Order: sequence, then structure tokens, then C-alpha cells
Amino acid sequence: MFKELLSQRLSALFVGGWLLLNFPLLALWDVDATWGGVPVFPAALFILWVVLIAAIAWLIERPVTRTKDE
Amino acid sequence: MLSPWIVVGTSFAYLLLLFAVAYFGDWRAAQGRSVIANPWTYALSLAVYCTAWTYFGSVGRAASGGVWFLPIYLGPTLAMVLGWVVLRKMIRIAKTYRITSIADFIGSRYGKSPLLAGLVALIAVVGIVPYIALQLKAVSAGFALLTLAPAAAPAPQAHWSQDSTFYMALALAGFTMVFGARHLDSAERHEGLVAAIAFESVVKLIAFLAVGLFVVYGLFDGLTDLFARAHAVPELAALSRLEQSGGFAWTQWFALTLLSMLSVIFLPRQFQVMVVENVSEDHLRRAVWVFPLYLLAINLFVLPIAVGGLLFFGSAPVNADNFVLSLPLAAGQNALALFAFVGGLSAATGMVIVETIAVSTMVCNELVMPLLLRTHHFQNESRIDLTRVLLLIRRVAILVVLVLGYAYFHLAGEAYALVSIGLISFAAVAQFAPAVLGGLYWKGGTRRGALAGLLVGFLLWAYTLMLPSLAKSGWLDAAFLTQGLWGWHWLRPEHLLGMQGLDNLTHSLFWSLMANCGVFVGLSLWRAPSGQEASQALLFVDVFERTSSSSPVFWRGSAQLPDLLRLCERFMGSDKAQALFLTYARQSGVRDVQAIQPDARLVQFVETQLAGAVGSASARVLVASTVEEETLTPDDVLRILDETSQLRAHSLELEEKSASLEKATAELRAANEQLKSLDRLKDDFMSSVTHELRTPLTSIRALAELLRDDPKIELAQRCKFIDIIVSETERLSRLVNQVLDMAKIESGHAEWLTEPVNMGALVRQAIATTAEMFRERQIAVEVTLPDQVPLLKADPDRLMQVMLNLLSNAAKFVPVSGGRVGVSMTSDDAGVTVSVQDNGPGVTRAQQALVFERFRQGGDASNRPQGTGLGLPISRRIVAHFGGRLWLESEPPDGARFSFFLPIRPAADSVNN
Amino acid sequence: MSPTILVADDEPNIVISLEYLLRREGYTVLIARDGQEALDVITRDKPDLVLLDVMMPKKTGFEVCQEVRAVESLQGVRILMLTAKGRDTDVAKGMALGADAYMTKPFATRELVEKVAEILQRQA
Repeated sequence: MFKELLSQRLSALFVGGWLLLNFPLLALWDVDATWGGVPVFPAALFILWVVLIAAIAWLIERPVTRTKDE
Repeated sequence: MLSPWIVVGTSFAYLLLLFAVAYFGDWRAAQGRSVIANPWTYALSLAVYCTAWTYFGSVGRAASGGVWFLPIYLGPTLAMVLGWVVLRKMIRIAKTYRITSIADFIGSRYGKSPLLAGLVALIAVVGIVPYIALQLKAVSAGFALLTLAPAAAPAPQAHWSQDSTFYMALALAGFTMVFGARHLDSAERHEGLVAAIAFESVVKLIAFLAVGLFVVYGLFDGLTDLFARAHAVPELAALSRLEQSGGFAWTQWFALTLLSMLSVIFLPRQFQVMVVENVSEDHLRRAVWVFPLYLLAINLFVLPIAVGGLLFFGSAPVNADNFVLSLPLAAGQNALALFAFVGGLSAATGMVIVETIAVSTMVCNELVMPLLLRTHHFQNESRIDLTRVLLLIRRVAILVVLVLGYAYFHLAGEAYALVSIGLISFAAVAQFAPAVLGGLYWKGGTRRGALAGLLVGFLLWAYTLMLPSLAKSGWLDAAFLTQGLWGWHWLRPEHLLGMQGLDNLTHSLFWSLMANCGVFVGLSLWRAPSGQEASQALLFVDVFERTSSSSPVFWRGSAQLPDLLRLCERFMGSDKAQALFLTYARQSGVRDVQAIQPDARLVQFVETQLAGAVGSASARVLVASTVEEETLTPDDVLRILDETSQLRAHSLELEEKSASLEKATAELRAANEQLKSLDRLKDDFMSSVTHELRTPLTSIRALAELLRDDPKIELAQRCKFIDIIVSETERLSRLVNQVLDMAKIESGHAEWLTEPVNMGALVRQAIATTAEMFRERQIAVEVTLPDQVPLLKADPDRLMQVMLNLLSNAAKFVPVSGGRVGVSMTSDDAGVTVSVQDNGPGVTRAQQALVFERFRQGGDASNRPQGTGLGLPISRRIVAHFGGRLWLESEPPDGARFSFFLPIRPAADSVNN
Repeated sequence: MSPTILVADDEPNIVISLEYLLRREGYTVLIARDGQEALDVITRDKPDLVLLDVMMPKKTGFEVCQEVRAVESLQGVRILMLTAKGRDTDVAKGMALGADAYMTKPFATRELVEKVAEILQRQA
């Protein structure tokens, strides 16, 4: 399951995602402030979310990872 | 406020549109030009995860708890990170073994157990019916909001025959039957359905975004304005932070994320669209990030809408769940409100249709079929076309599930039980996780373990979540909530064993999952898997390593071709069955269906095909009843596995053998080349010898003839010539002797004496013999000999030959004047070493190896001293014969030092040359 | 003007015998003791005939023959190869490289003299 590089990278991203989106790392963003008028905590959550999605897309759609593994 | 007819009309029109899309999808599929064979469609179909709960419930949650609506969507994102790894395996397994539902998956994995599959189906039904009720509730509430005057009181609960929701439920049932139970597909694929779901995902998203944009930019002046105004109100400002009522807020955050992560895979509708309906594994690549992106997009405006609604309505008692409708309505945007309603309807119907199809398949295959198969009616060789029976069962199941959903909705009444029911359903399907994930990666999971784990998890879930929710909405006596079961305090359902601080969802999740996993692992480890379980475990866990050609067939027994054919005809229709067998015949390389060998592979093939129609467990039962088979013990499984791996090993061996054969051939060729070059060397040797012999002969003959032809040559000249003749003759005979010597030694025909030899005496004698020569050339000789020299066993003549050779060589190469030769000897327990050192020009590194070759002579080529070039090679041979070595040390221009070592006790094998 | 013959051989005794023989016959004799020296003498003095030994240091007789034959101005130089190597392949090689004649050692002095005369006559 984790033999190939893509699986390993995805697993690392998985762990990273869990850490970023939970206590205590997420609590760092839980402050009373605003970014350009938008409260920080919700904005940060969405931004982290976008980053995570972008990371998945980048890992998966890269031509170099398009190896046929049977 | 809108006219009910407009609303109904629009809804109907939309559903017809959905149906048209589905029909189009099916039509294209029949033509072979599938609409859904495209990764974007697949990715969008996954968005069926967003139901009316997303549409209405999220806003409501955001209005009361701020960001707490979000973990439900973060979980699926995290699940998709590993989706490529985990989901792909599930899809591969489902395709290979024709798995049709999650109950089938679990049942098949653990030895094709009907009991296990049935339990999973039951849990699914129990967990899902309330969720369906929630959708119905949301739609009916929305409908009421749109059509009733704002101030009007909600109509009293109508009798079910007059409740429009009931008819809506029936209508939905009808649609579902049309979408999903028109014909039996052996792979449970519903192409039209997937197309429709993808379409409705797009509609949902656009509608929600439209409302969101309206609220933010229509009702307010953008996000900044919205949040600035919210910040002014303390309750609203708090929504931007993580509301932390009670401790363990972060634990609950974690639990929600985990729960949704599991649900996005194990909800029956998700499993259906993700795994069963998947067309190509490659589509997963796109879906894995597009689906989270969709979730993000649809959630962008949830918080703004919630906050906007609270700001707009102020303290008026408006249900936050319906902000999506009430805000446009209040602002006079009726069209937008209608559009939003259609979006919500879309979300609800999408969920209901897919979920119901999935659940009805499970009910049919895992609950009804096994019971039917027990009846004698079925066992008989009846020629009824069972495909129609199956379809009928499916349709009835769809109807029953929807009616149950309505019943729940009708009886529940109190909103509390419904709002949180979404999460309660999640917690129910999360119980599948240990069995499925464990089954995917751990071969040790057994049926007993999975069964017990599921039961325990389900019971704990029911006790800690389901029953309390029923009690809290007034169906049960709430006493056991506060006092525990039968008065036992530590059995309070929301505080088991006295655990405090967690909200009920986290608490339930903790206990149920922990018990589930623990029992699953514990029981699996307690008893080894049976043969059937072990074989299934191998097939599942190693699915990536098995190709169809090399996969083992875990079946032993005998079968009849007509029986198998008839079995297929009963459940798939005779046309399909014939076509299937024909395909198999072609694959196995036989001419026609009648010539197929009814072996284990055919039986497995038939069973797999049947599984697509009735589920693996029932297929197993059917096949078992048709053929004569032996039960597989775990040993049998291992043996079959062995055979298969042996086959593979044999083919590997074959490859290796041919590779080594090639290598051997290459080596042979190389050896041949070497032999040829050796041959050439021999030729060279021969030609060298002849050349060496002929050269002095030439002088002798020429000079002799000159003397003969011309008697009048003057005396001096005549003497010179005769001298030359004489010396050349000597040279010739020396050469001949040496060549003969060399030949004898090399061929092993030389005679060797073995006498005690006193090396000291021998060396002294050699020096004495050559003393004259040295004196003539004015070469100084230094001798260093120890007093005591051990005796050696050797041939004194030969050793003398060696000494003379070394001495004469030294004499040849010392400088013309001031030449010095040093002879020394050392001895120890091992043997004697003699060295001859000269102060000549020395031998360069490059030449050092060459001097020991035959016919090579050192020194400057132009004044080559008299010599044969064979002296050193022969000396080396002689020394080697007695177990010693002869070597050269030289650092030009400091002369050369030839040394040889002779052991006292020659080793046995040195006697043979 | 008596013809000039170059004797190229590294064996001093053979040189002595050949020199005496040829001088007795009335030729002018030049001597070279290795291949390089032979080339130099040929280039410089352009003898009429070269008695060329094959096994010589610095350059073998074959190489000398080849190089002489490559030079346009030296086409008039006759080459008689003398060698102890008598295999057919060596003879063929020598002739192919442009030698005019080939004699194996040991040779009869009478035969050598006749051969030399014949070659020089050819030229003339």
C-alpha cells in the first residue's frame, strides 16, 4: 500500500492535514482579529482548506506520478 | 410568499428535468457512448454528500455555533487525501469480485457470510431511515415557508393521507424506482442515475452561491461590511471564534472531523457513487481534489448567510435553518427564493434517491434473498425467471424504505430529534469502519471478529445516541438518561462509566468505536480464520498483486456445465447468461459454450457474475446448492495458494534459467576466444623459437660459406670469422638446450633430483664458477652468507642453474666500469632467501613483468647482450617447482635485485609443476 | 658507379657476414642497426637495394618497407626482405607491403648474391 512514492506523500499530507486542522495548531488562528474585514478564524480555516486541496491536486495530477501500478 | 402551485409546478418540472438527464444518460450508455465516462461527472456525483442538511442545517448550525458547521466538510477532505490509496483498493476489489453494496463488501470479505451481510444491511436501514426523514422534513418546511404568509402559524400536523409530504415521498419512491430499478445490471450500475446526480450537484451549488452572493452583496455591502456590523453585536462577534461551551471543545472538533471522514466513505449513498458506480479508477484522481473543492465552494457563504440573517432579522424568531429561503423572500426576491428552494429540493432528492437505491439493494440481496433461498419453493428446479422476482423485491424495498422515512418524519414531530439525526446516522455507519478498513489491510480479520465488533458497536451506538434522542423527543421515558439503566448510575447512556465533559456525540463515538475495534481485533486474534475466510482475505488484501491469470481459485469440487448455465439463466435471464458463457468460452479459448470445461475457474466465474445480481453471500449459497463441493479448510487455502505461487515461481525460474543459459553461452564464447588466443601464443612461441634458432645459424652458414668460397681471405679476417662461427655455434647449442629444458619442465617430463642441499655451499660454488667472468669485467662481488644454513631438499644442479643465471644476468647489466654485484642470503624457520643485487640501470616498472617472459631480454635493445631470453623464465620455473618464488625488486636507476625464496619443507603440491 | 646496398639488421654477426659478402661482390655497403636508422639512411642516401631484416628494434622491417613504399621519391629503392620468419603469411605480408623479394635465413651465400644481382638488373 505504501510502497510507491505517491502513497507515501499522500500519507504525509494526511497527517499534516490532521495536525493543521486540529488543536493545537488550529487554535493559533482562534483570535479576535480581522483580515481585510473578515474575521481571522473562519478565513484561516478556509485558506488552510484551499491549501490542502491544492496540495492534493498537485500531488495527484503531476504527470510524473501517473505511473500505472498494478 | 408564493403560490403553492408555482412551487409545486417548478418542483415537478425540475424533477422531470432530472429524469430527462437520467434517461439521456442511460440512452447514451446503451449506445455505448457513456456520458459518465468522464472524471468530472464522477467527481460531481460524489457531491451527493451535500444534502438538505448542508443546505439548511449548516446555516442553522452556523447561526448558533459559528464555525462548528465546518468539521463535517473537513473530514471528507482529509479522507480524500488518502482516497487515492484506500478508495482505489476498494474500487478494485468491488470491480474484481462484483461487489454491489457495502453489506456485500463486508459479507464477502469475511468468508461470504450471509449473517454478517444481513447485519450490515440492517444497521444501514436503521441508521438511514431517520436521515431520509430529515430530507423530507427539510423540503416540507421549505415548502411551507415559501407558500404560507410569514405570520401564519404552521399548519397542524395533517393526517398522513392528507399530508403533502406523504405524496412527495411516494413521488420520490416512483422516481427512485424509475432511476434505479428498471432493470438488473449485473454490476449494479446505473448510468443515468449518476448523470442526474452530477447535474443536480451543479444546480445545488449554483443556487447556494446565488443566495450567498445576494446576501453578501445585495443585502449588505460586501463581506467587510457584513462582518463589521456583526462585530458590533457581541453574540454575533462570538460566532467568529470557536465556541467552547464546556471543556473538550477541541476533542469534539476532532471527533466531528473523524466522524465525517468515515461517513463520506461508509454512508450507503457514498459507497454507491464512489465505489459501485465508478467507471474507471483513473477518475479517482480528479475526484480526490475536485470533490473537496466543491465542498469548499458550497460552504463559502454559509457563515455570511447565517450572520447576515441574524443581523437582518434581528431578534425576530426566525428559524435560522431556513435563512436560505427566508432572506430572499423577505427582500422580495421571490425568484431567487424559488431557485433556492429548487436547490434544496435538488439536494434532498439526490440524497433520497441514491440512498434508497443503495439500501434497497442491500435489503434485497442480504435480507430478503437469503430468506427466500431457504424456502423449498426456491430450491426446486423451477423455471421461473428470477430476474423479475429480484426487481420486484427491489421496488418493494424502495417503497418500504421511503414509507418508513415518512413514518419517522410524521411521528417524530419535535424538531430536536431530526436536526441532530444527521450526525446520529453518521455515527451508525461509522461502525462499519473497523470491519472494512481492517478487512482491506489485515488478513487476520475473521468473521466472528467482524460480527461481534459490529454488534457491539451498533448496540453501544443505539444505547448512547439513538435511545437518548428518542427519549429527548418524548418517545421513551427519559428516566434512564439521568439515572442509568435499571438505576445503575454508571450505565447512564450519555455518561457511561461516569465519563464527564464530552458531548453526547463524541462520547458515543468514543465508546462505540473503541469497543468495536477492540472486539474485532480481539476475537479475530482468538481464533484463526476458516478456509473460506482466509481465501477471501487473500483475495481482498492482495487484490493489487493478483492478476486474473495468476490468481488462485479457491474452490474444490465438481460441477456440471448445464447446472451452472441454468443457474445463471434463472437470475440473469437466458440471453444474458448465454452471452456471458460465450464470453467465458472465448476467453478460455474454446470453440463454443458446450465445450467449456466445468472446472473451478468456471465455478468462480459463475459465482462472481451471480454476486453482481444477488450479492456475494447469496451467490455463494446458490452455487453451493448447484454443485458438489468440498469445504475448504485453511490448509486447503494454503495449498491452493502454494500451487499458484509455485506456478508463478516456475515461470520465474524458467525466465531465470534462460537468462543464465544466455550467460553460459556468452562465457563459452569468451573461453573459446581465450583458447584461440592461447593457440596464437603457442604459435608465437614456436615462431620465436625458430627465429632465435635461425639467427645464429644464419651467421654460421654465411660465414662458413664465405670461408669456403674464398680461400684467399687474409688470416686476421679468417680468424675473426671462425671465432664468430664458434661463438654462434655455442649460442645456438645453449639456446637449443634451454629450449629443450623449458619444454621438458613445462611438459612435466623433466627429471628432478631431491637431495639435501647446502645452500651456502652452493652459492659459494656458483660464485667460484663465475669468478673468472667477473674478474675479466672488473666487477666487484660482495658475498654475505650466514654461518648456519639449513639444509634443503632440492635438485642441486637445477639450483646451480638458477644461481648461474642470476649471476650472469647481473654481470650483463652492470655498468662497464665500477660494476658491483652483491650476493646475500638470509634464512629463517620457513626457508632460505638468496638475493643477487647489481648496480646496473635497473628495470622499469613496465618492464618488470616482461623480464620473466620467454625470449624477452632486458636492457637496451641496440646492445643486447648475449642471451637467450629464456634464463629467467626457466629459473622461475625451477624455483617454483621446489615450492619457492623468484622475484625482482628494482627502482631505476638504482640497479636490480633478484631474489628467490626456497622453503625448507616444500608443500606437497609444488612438486607437481 | 657501383650500386649501393644498405644492410639493415640488428644482429652484428649477420651484418659482418653480409657486409663482407657484398663488398666482395663489389657493391658499396651501408649499414643500419635498427629500423629507424634504416629509414634515415634510405631517405638520405637512397641506396639501390636494401637488405631488410624483419625483426629489428625501433621499427620492424615491415614498417620500414611500408613507409618507404609510401614515399614517392623512394620508389626506385629495391627491397629484399631477409628474415628468420618463414611462414607463408609473413612472405605474403612482405610482398604485399611492396618488397621486391623475400629470402629466409639461413640463406646460401651464392643464392643471395644471385638474387641481389637479379634485382639490381631488373632495375637497370
